[in-house]
Amino acid sequence: MNKAGAENTGTAASRSEWLSSRHEEFKRAKRLRKRAVFAVQGSLLVLFFAAWETAARLGWIDRLLFSYPSKVFRQIYVNMADGSLWHHLGITLGETAAGFVLGTLLGTLLAVAIWWSPFLSAVLDPYMVVFNSMPKVALGPIFIVMFGAGFTSIVVTTLSITIIVTTLVVYNSFCGVDPNLVKVVRSFGANRRQVFFKVILPSSFPAIVSTLKVNVGMSWVGVIVGEFLVAKSGLGYLIIYGFQVFNFTLVMSSLIIIAFVATAMYQLVVYIEKVLLSRR
Amino acid sequence: MPPVVELKSVTHAYLGDREASLAVEDLNLEIRDGEFVSLVGPSGCGKTTLLSIIAGLLPPSRGEVHVNGRPVSGPSPEVGYMLQQDYLLPWRSILGNAALGLELTGRLDEAGRKKTLELLADMGLKGTEHYYPGQLSGGMRQRVALVRTLATDPGLLLLDEPFSALDYQIKLQLEDLVAETLRRRGKTAVLVTHDLSEAIAVSTRVILLERNPGRIRRVFEIPDRIANTPPLYARDQPGFAELFHELWKEMELAGKIEGTAGKIEG
Ligand SMILES: Nc1ncnc2c1ncn2[C@@H]1O[C@H](COP(=O)(O)OP(=O)(O)OP(=O)(O)O)[C@@H](O)[C@H]1O
Ligand SMILES: [Mg+2]
Repeated sequence: MNKAGAENTGTAASRSEWLSSRHEEFKRAKRLRKRAVFAVQGSLLVLFFAAWETAARLGWIDRLLFSYPSKVFRQIYVNMADGSLWHHLGITLGETAAGFVLGTLLGTLLAVAIWWSPFLSAVLDPYMVVFNSMPKVALGPIFIVMFGAGFTSIVVTTLSITIIVTTLVVYNSFCGVDPNLVKVVRSFGANRRQVFFKVILPSSFPAIVSTLKVNVGMSWVGVIVGEFLVAKSGLGYLIIYGFQVFNFTLVMSSLIIIAFVATAMYQLVVYIEKVLLSRR
Repeated sequence: MPPVVELKSVTHAYLGDREASLAVEDLNLEIRDGEFVSLVGPSGCGKTTLLSIIAGLLPPSRGEVHVNGRPVSGPSPEVGYMLQQDYLLPWRSILGNAALGLELTGRLDEAGRKKTLELLADMGLKGTEHYYPGQLSGGMRQRVALVRTLATDPGLLLLDEPFSALDYQIKLQLEDLVAETLRRRGKTAVLVTHDLSEAIAVSTRVILLERNPGRIRRVFEIPDRIANTPPLYARDQPGFAELFHELWKEMELAGKIEGTAGKIEG
């Protein structure tokens, strides 16, 4: 018995040693791969800008139409220094944030309302379908007439894009909750409010959080299109303006800034999602 | 004193877009205070339907349902209903799940928490309080669901196959624990089970249902000698085996009506 036991611990020790060495190997391979991917990603980016710059300088592409990186980045730097960039960026960011937060909030509230009243849901259903299939930006001119050419109509244009989708997604997840979970709380005499807050909402939480990600992209679409229409200030305005005066350097620099800021915002939402969901 | 449960010619039909099916027909039943009644019968004979009706979760298509002398209009905290599956809320800890009923009825104080913890310990779940349902085995989850139902201390308990996911050893222990606890506290209980020996061992009365449509086929009064013995020992009482065979034969006949003889699983 004892002898067998001693032998066992011997093999167990060597086994765990072997296991941990394999684990180290596995982790190292993973790290290497990650680094390789990152390196290729970085080189692709550098290569792209280098190709663009070279092509423009050697006259392979029209410099007037496509501009070139060194000029674009100089333009960004100048606009940063004279403060005009911050003004436009601030306005666009404000509109996007407002559209995003309001869209998610109102969309979710609307979903709650139609969940609360199945009758309302049945009544609203065809209207939601029509409104959802419609290209909402076509309503832009109407919003401008109603709310004036400015912040409000741009935010409303954004809302028209985000609200219904949010409502549909969230309402769907409300309806997808296992009816037996509802039965459990109902069996304790729970009222509709308790059913909602104890079962429906917590179990739809992941769906609600995932609409955040969709909405952040949608909000950018709404805001840029809104600025195209209103054309007074903001990054969307800079693009239209640059296009009209044939300043494509301005167009390109605005695009690069949008790409950068929109990505940052998306990553922020991804981070928020991770924090919210990890606490469960 | 009115009976705790009174069903008067209760009929229930499930209505769907495609078809309507008769689950229970013209059923009369009275359960008196302190009784422990078992419902047995072939799968699909309407046992779960009947419990849902008594619990107030399902209004019957026809007939009257009274609990404690009052007509049932919806679920109430005085009736504890343990569903056929555990249906624990996955985002709540085990303690959070077990205390759900107390929370919903606004009684989750320090004493309630302590009692819930004790119940969990009684069921052999000590140390799992802060786990999540996904980390527990099926049998453990079923016990949590049982605690959730017992924690609110309802006068009438409706238990839909509460021991089905347990291994035999634990099952016998819990039968004992539950039956004795309920008897001591003077609770009334309706138990659905497909285990005939369990039905005889724990109850004062066994009701055998037949299906298509669900109706009472036969009622077996359990002699005091067996009914008053703790379930674990009741199985050794004289007369138990005879009763078991009688019930078994009758059950086989009830299942045969549709040519699916002896199909007694849940
Ligand atoms: N929600 C429902 N909609 C339609 N028919 C149903 C529904 N629930 C049950 N039924 C039907 O009613 C009948 C009785 O079902 P019930 O669940 O009460 O049976 P049961 O005796 O509990 O069976 P088991 O022992 O398998 O749990 C069955 O024929 C079933 O098909
Ligand atoms: Mg059932």
